[in-house]
Amino acid sequence: MEQHQHVVIILPHPDDESFGCSGTTLKFREQGIPVTYLCGTLGEMGRNMGSPPFATRESLPEIRKQELLAACKVLDMDVQMLGYRDKTLEFEDTQQVATHLKSILDELRPSLVITFYPGYAVHPDHDAMGAAAIEAVRMYPAEQRPELWAKAITHDRRDVLGEPDIMYDVEAYFEKKMKAIEAHRSQAEGMLSQFRESPQLKQLNQEAQKHLRYEEFYKWTF
Amino acid sequence: MELIQKEEVQKVLERFLNKDVYVHLETTNGAYASHFNSQASNVGAFIRNVQIRYKQVKIIGSTSFRVGLKMDAGWMYAEGLTHWELDEHHRLLLAGHDAEGRLMVACEISETPFK
Repeated sequence: MEQHQHVVIILPHPDDESFGCSGTTLKFREQGIPVTYLCGTLGEMGRNMGSPPFATRESLPEIRKQELLAACKVLDMDVQMLGYRDKTLEFEDTQQVATHLKSILDELRPSLVITFYPGYAVHPDHDAMGAAAIEAVRMYPAEQRPELWAKAITHDRRDVLGEPDIMYDVEAYFEKKMKAIEAHRSQAEGMLSQFRESPQLKQLNQEAQKHLRYEEFYKWTF
Repeated sequence: MELIQKEEVQKVLERFLNKDVYVHLETTNGAYASHFNSQASNVGAFIRNVQIRYKQVKIIGSTSFRVGLKMDAGWMYAEGLTHWELDEHHRLLLAGHDAEGRLMVACEISETPFK
């Protein structure tokens, strides 16, 4: 793994970081590299309310905020909440969001930024957050510009974009990764219930293994 | 939230009659519907903190409910509601959840703006 000074992760929802790049985060942290998560929204529009319901549309944001803090504690990373509203990011002015992100990057001075790959990230907030993050990084002159890794999750990503440039097998960090995911109890519960009976990675079903064991990224060229 | 008790919810709905109230109305099948099923479309509508004033209101149904509000110049309704709560801010929260506990529809009424 390359040596980085500071890694900044820019994704829109509490839990995107745990599902998408928590193994990578743990790897960086093990090397003593600071990692900061800029979380775009509080996932206000999440659908999983439990059965029977433990959350309402109005109580969900605070629940997810606490879950986010707990997950970031497991991952030993800093977090800043950006205050956008779930499902509205794509309707914001991209340049304005990019300028906002840039102002935070100016303070953190990361050597690496991780975000979603616009157009290949399924959720409109993912695409919009990725597009704004890339715009923010583009504003730097080439010699000061951090590296940028983009995460693609559409089914057709390999057909269109080719093999990812970076592929981490995070098996060694799997237990902690699951702890981080479990911290997002309100949203992860449905998905995790199918794994819970067999917490060992080897016993996970193939789909989950593929999805959670490998964290892959495309290096962005400006 | 509790399962809807029709008579109780009707009473609460009537508390807001002829008052300027803020509404939240939402329906969604999730942002991943077409990702998990290529035959499906992502469908949703959302409106929040819009002020209305209604003069007539009914809740109808047996296990899943419909609520319709009649205004001077228009209508608002929600279908598929299953649960309700009158929260600590005296806001009426109505929601419809599927068997897995996922929200499909929400209809909320408050005398003060939602956050």
